[in-house]
Amino acid sequence: MSARQLRRRLTSGLMTGLVAALSFAAVLALVLILGHLVAQGASSLDWSFFTKNPVPAGEMGGGVANAIVGTGIIVGLAALIGLPIGVGTGLYLAEYGSGRLGWLVRFVADVLNGTPSIVVGIFAWTWLVKPMGHFSALAGSVALAVLIIPMIARTTEEMVRLVPHSLREAALALGYPRWRTSLRIVARTALAGIVTGCLVGIARIAGETAPLLFTALGNLNFTTHVLGPMQTLSLQIYVYATGPFDEWHRLAWAAALVLMALVLLLALSARRAMRQRHGAAR
Amino acid sequence: MTTLPIEPLPTPTRDNASTEGGIRGVLRGVNTGDRWYRAVLTALALVLPLLLLTLLAELAVSAAPAIARFGPRFLWSSTWDPVAQVFGAAPMIFGTLASSLLALAIAVPLALGVAIFLTEFAPKWIRQPIAFLVELLAAIPSVVYGLWGIFVLIPFLRSAVVPPLKAMLGWTPFLQGVFYGNSLLAGAIILAIMVVPYIAAVSREVLLAVPASQREAALGMGATRWEAVWTAVVPYGRAGLIGAVILGLGRALGETMAVTMVIGNRHDIGLSVLQPAYTMAAAIANEFSEATTSLYLSALFEVGLILFVITVVVNGLARLLIWRVARGTAVGSRAL
Repeated sequence: MSARQLRRRLTSGLMTGLVAALSFAAVLALVLILGHLVAQGASSLDWSFFTKNPVPAGEMGGGVANAIVGTGIIVGLAALIGLPIGVGTGLYLAEYGSGRLGWLVRFVADVLNGTPSIVVGIFAWTWLVKPMGHFSALAGSVALAVLIIPMIARTTEEMVRLVPHSLREAALALGYPRWRTSLRIVARTALAGIVTGCLVGIARIAGETAPLLFTALGNLNFTTHVLGPMQTLSLQIYVYATGPFDEWHRLAWAAALVLMALVLLLALSARRAMRQRHGAAR
Repeated sequence: MTTLPIEPLPTPTRDNASTEGGIRGVLRGVNTGDRWYRAVLTALALVLPLLLLTLLAELAVSAAPAIARFGPRFLWSSTWDPVAQVFGAAPMIFGTLASSLLALAIAVPLALGVAIFLTEFAPKWIRQPIAFLVELLAAIPSVVYGLWGIFVLIPFLRSAVVPPLKAMLGWTPFLQGVFYGNSLLAGAIILAIMVVPYIAAVSREVLLAVPASQREAALGMGATRWEAVWTAVVPYGRAGLIGAVILGLGRALGETMAVTMVIGNRHDIGLSVLQPAYTMAAAIANEFSEATTSLYLSALFEVGLILFVITVVVNGLARLLIWRVARGTAVGSRAL
């Protein structure tokens, strides 16, 4: 083997090792972050953490019951507003989206998908908080809905497009009207994929903080009143992490662990739904 | 002889909603259900464009007083004095670009490495799990990254990274000053970890879209595996890979919480990565609720408007490039 050949072989081996090491590094980052979350947060998870509300600064103890309920309400409301619009838009793009309007909607969805969430936050502030005169969970939900609609629209479109054309043609040939074909045959077949998209979208907005800073604002008390300020886990983590007290930092880690678990649960169930779909297709 | 019982088809009327089986109705597309279906879907689809228009209009109207007062000077003036009512966004624009570009410098090799490893070298059974784990990085909420940055990354940088770095390269203008923790460097590293999954996922898709013949031709001519990847596969997907990087840039530019929590939030332009800096998103997050005068608020809206326009341009560019390679994929909404 000539020296040149040897050098080429060595380079190839080295670079293979390098890209493997880089992949390992990326996975290591994930493991480190999740590991720290568990290590720092798990010991604080007890019954009172889940059932109590925050206590005044300086006091020990307290929990995030209000934040957990608040996250549920704000994200749930956002999903309620966003999912129908998102799925409807996705169906439009898949069914009628070949024209100029389809192109426009697709482009706008992609633009909005890349919009910084803080910009959506100040938009919701001018649109809802300012006219209403007070911060509200509803404004937060609208901001999150603005973020979730383009995501859902694009994944729904993709999933619907994956449905084989023969299914649609068979239904139409049997005399099914187009709308029923679209809803009962095509969308029904793509359902698992659409649900996956929705779950991924919900997982993404559940962790959002920036759009809630000036809309839901945060609240130290337990509330279910959607027209007033409300706490979420993400806002609570932000306040506690940037605050000066060790006790707050402890609670921030615990709250982060809970939020992460929630997001992972959604993401994993999305993956499950997808797996089932693919399993059926093969 | 029996006659076949042929019934006349119901005459299709324009508002006959019950022609479910009505062939003519279907053929002529006059089914009322169809028309309603299309109308409803179109109405839903119009929400997004209207939303974008309202968003732009709201931002522009709210930013108008600041635009009228400061003009283009806003972009390069570095005075940000709420008391004197003078605002210039140069430090934030600089900080946004600096932190994002620095983040890309770290993230791009990492993400490309992941994508190349997963598409070219990794054993089959390991590909899906690694791809999933890397994508999970995108599922971690920004505020959790910030928390980790404050309590894990910054102490680590302070004790293990910055001292040797300063000892080696302390004479360069990039490592001047005392390192307190919150800094451009910390922000860039956090951003890098955050954008890796996006760049890796899109790059992977791009590399997968490269025809196998490219690879095989190179191998057939005697190239080593790495040479095949580097001289045949990567150049083929270059436009898409650049698109992936720009997409990552778009993400980094608009990232708010994690950066706000570790970058130090100081209105300064400096070359040293060890010093605090500021980004546009962080400025809005920090100062919006304490903006006491309408001009102050308007200046922050102008910052938001600039940020929005920049990200729109950057994302538009990324999509064009990616579409050239992997046509029509909903880039970015795939990653978790």
